[in-house]
Amino acid sequence: TGRLPNSKQGDGKPRLLLMGQRRSGKSSISSVVFHKMPPSETLYLETTTRITKDQMHSFMDFQVWDFPGHLDYFDPAFDVDNIFGEIGALVWVIDAQDEYLDAINRLNTTILNLQQHYPSINVEVFVHKVDGLSEDYKSDTFRDIIQRVQDELSDNGYENAPVSFYQTSIYDHSIFEAFSKVIQKLIPQLPTLESLLNSLCSTCRIEKAYLFDVLSKIYIATDTSPTDIGSYEICSDYIDVIVDISEIYGWDRSNPDAQKTGDSSAQDVSGDSGNDDAESLITMEKKGSNYLYLREINKYLALICIMSEDSPTEKKALVDYNVSIFQEALQKVFQR
Amino acid sequence: MNPSNPQPKRQKQRKVLLMGKSGAGKSSMRSIVFSNYVAKDVRRLGATIDVEHSNIKFMGNLMLNLWDCGGQDGFMEHYLTRQREHVFGSVTVLIFVFDIESREFPADVINYSNIVRALEECSPSAKIFCLVHKMDLVQAQLRERLFVERSEYIRAASEGFKGAVEFFATSIWDQSLYKAWTQIIYYLIPNASTIETLLRQLGEVIDAREIILYERTTCLMVTHVTRGEEDRNPFTDRFERVSSILKTHKQSMAKHTGMPATSANFAEMHVKTGRFMFFITRLTENTNLAAVIPPSEQIFNAARLNILLARHKFAELDIASKPRMDMSQA
Ligand SMILES: Nc1nc2c(ncn2[C@@H]2O[C@H](COP(=O)(O)OP(=O)(O)OP(=O)(O)O)[C@@H](O)[C@H]2O)c(=O)[nH]1
Ligand SMILES: Nc1nc2c(ncn2[C@@H]2O[C@H](COP(=O)(O)OP(=O)(O)O)[C@@H](O)[C@H]2O)c(=O)[nH]1
Ligand SMILES: [Mg+2]
Repeated sequence: TGRLPNSKQGDGKPRLLLMGQRRSGKSSISSVVFHKMPPSETLYLETTTRITKDQMHSFMDFQVWDFPGHLDYFDPAFDVDNIFGEIGALVWVIDAQDEYLDAINRLNTTILNLQQHYPSINVEVFVHKVDGLSEDYKSDTFRDIIQRVQDELSDNGYENAPVSFYQTSIYDHSIFEAFSKVIQKLIPQLPTLESLLNSLCSTCRIEKAYLFDVLSKIYIATDTSPTDIGSYEICSDYIDVIVDISEIYGWDRSNPDAQKTGDSSAQDVSGDSGNDDAESLITMEKKGSNYLYLREINKYLALICIMSEDSPTEKKALVDYNVSIFQEALQKVFQR
Repeated sequence: MNPSNPQPKRQKQRKVLLMGKSGAGKSSMRSIVFSNYVAKDVRRLGATIDVEHSNIKFMGNLMLNLWDCGGQDGFMEHYLTRQREHVFGSVTVLIFVFDIESREFPADVINYSNIVRALEECSPSAKIFCLVHKMDLVQAQLRERLFVERSEYIRAASEGFKGAVEFFATSIWDQSLYKAWTQIIYYLIPNASTIETLLRQLGEVIDAREIILYERTTCLMVTHVTRGEEDRNPFTDRFERVSSILKTHKQSMAKHTGMPATSANFAEMHVKTGRFMFFITRLTENTNLAAVIPPSEQIFNAARLNILLARHKFAELDIASKPRMDMSQA
C-alpha cells in the first residue's frame, strides 16, 4: 500500500499536516512561522474548527494543513487518502505544559495507523510550549514522551518508524529550527545543496554557511560541519535586520503617491525590482570576532555565512566571486 | 550660537524622575533602554525599593541622573512628604508611567496629580512625559482610542503642566518604547541644533538621502537629517524601528557569541540592494552614524571616506555644549 516518497500524485506539493490536541499550539505555530505573527498575539487566536489549508510559495511550494484538535482522522467517513496521499510530514504537537497522556495515546494510534497504510510519511513530534518549563522538567518531559512513543512502537514491531522529536516554543528560535529540519527531509536536492555549501566553505574558509528561506526563516540547508543552535540564531536574527532595513528603505521611489501607510511591502524583501541582489556585511568592533555576510541568492533564498579571524575587506572579493559561482550552481538545482 | 567657539567642557547634569505605580513597568523600560536587557529578561526584576539611582553618560557631556522611584504606596507617600524637596527639587524631566491594565485608573491619576503638584512647587520649569504603558496587552484595533481617552483624562489632571505634557503609548515588546525615549532624550540634549547643522552639511557632501545619528550604547536616535524625496518615505516610524533593530542585533550577537552585551558592538554594517545602500559606522566615542544613499558603489565609497574625515568635527561636538534648554526655559 505504501508509496515511495517521490511518486507524486495530485498537485505534488509536499504537505505538512499539523495535528494534536486542542489548544496544543498548532494554529499559533503556523501563524508565527508562516505568517509572521508576533508570538504574543497568538493569545487571541480562535480555536480552529475546520481544516485550514495554507499554500506556501517559496523555493518550493508546499502546503500547511492545520487540523482542528478533535478530529478523528481515521474515521471511515474521512478521506484519508486525500489527507495522507501526498508526500510530506505529519507534525504532531504536544503541549508540554499540559497533561499529555491522552495526546500520546492518540499520537500512538495515529502512528500505528500510518505505519500500516502510509509508512513513508515522516512523523515529527513537537514537544511544544517548553518555554515555561524549568530545564530539568523540560528534559524529563521530553525523555518521558519519547519513551512512551517508542515503547508503543516496538511493542508493535515498528521500531524503525520514521518518527522524530523536537522541543519547541514559539517564543524563541526553536520552532524555526524544528521546521527547518522537518522541511529539509522533504527536499530531494538536499545532498547536492550540502556539498555545494561544503565546497564554498572550504574555498573561502567560511566557518558556517546557511541557505535560508527568507520569508519563513527556515534554513533549507547548511554545510555539514557541526551545527549549533547559536549560529543558526545569529543568522536568523541577521535576516530580520536585513529584511527590516530593506523594508524601511526599499520603498518604491518611482511611485509619486508612495505616501501611503507603509506595510505589506515586506514581500518585496530585497530587490526583485532592483537590478542587484541584496548583499550585506557586518564586521565587529572587537578584534577576532566573527563577522557576518549575507547574499541574496534568488527571490526566496539567501546565503548567510559566519566568518572569522581574517580581514573581511581582503577576503571580500574572493567570497563575492565564489558566492556567485555557488549562486549559478544553485540556479541549476532550483529552476525558479 | 557659534559652534566652533571652544566651550568649557563642563558636564551637564540632568535629573530625570521615573515614576508611576508599582508594577507599571518603570524598571523594565530602564533596563531595556539603558542596561541591555531584552524584553524577556525583565520578568526577573523585583519591585524597586525606594529610589534606584543610575548615572548614564550620554553624548559626551550629558549626564542623566535617572531616579527610578519604587512605586509602592509607602514609598510614594514618602516622596511627597519627608523627601519632597529632595525628590522633586531641580528636576529637568518627570517621566510618569501608567499601566494600561491598571484596574484603578482614576486612583492612579489622583496619585499622579499629587506628584505633579509637588513638581510644580519644587521644579516649575520641569517637563513631563506620560507613558501609557503595556499597550501590547490591548488588542491592536482598540489601542488608539484607549490611548487618546486616557491621555485626555491625564492631561486634565496635569495642573500647571496641562499645555506642555506629552503622551506616548508604549510597550517593551515593540519599538514604541524607543519612540518615547528618543523624544525624551532629544529634549535633554543640550546642543541638538548644532549637531543638526553639522549633519546637514555632511549630508550634502555625501549626497545622502538620510543620515541618522545614534547614541551607541542605547541605540537611541539623537537626531536625523532627511533630504530630498526620502521625505516621502512611508515609514514614519523608521528611526525608532532602526533603534530597535540595532539593539536587537547587538543583543543577538552578545547572546550567541557569549560576549558581554556592552562589547558586542559592530564596527560597521552595510546593506546594499538595488534600491538603496545603507550603512552604519562609528562616528564618535558615543555615537554611530547611519547613512542611506542611492545604490551606487561610487557614492558608497566616497561617503565612507567623507564620514571618516568628518569624525573630528563631531568629536568636538560630543563634548562641547550649548545650553539650548536653559535658554528656552528662561
Ligand atoms: N505586557 C507587558 N508587560 C510589561 C511591560 N513592561 C513591563 N511589564 C511587566 O510589568 C511587570 C512589572 O515591571 P517593573 O518594571 O518591575 O515595574 P516597576 O514600575 O519598576 O515597579 P516598582 O519598582 O514596584 O515601582 C514585570 O513583570 C514586567 O514584565 C510591557 O510593555 N508589556
Ligand atoms: N507559553 C507558550 N504558549 C504557547 C506556545 N504556542 C502556543 N501557545 C499558546 O497556546 C494557546 C493555544 O494555541 P492555539 O494555536 O490556538 O492551539 P490549537 O488549538 O492547537 O490551534 C494560545 O493561547 C497560544 O498563545 C508556546 O510556545 N509557548
Ligand atoms: Mg521598579
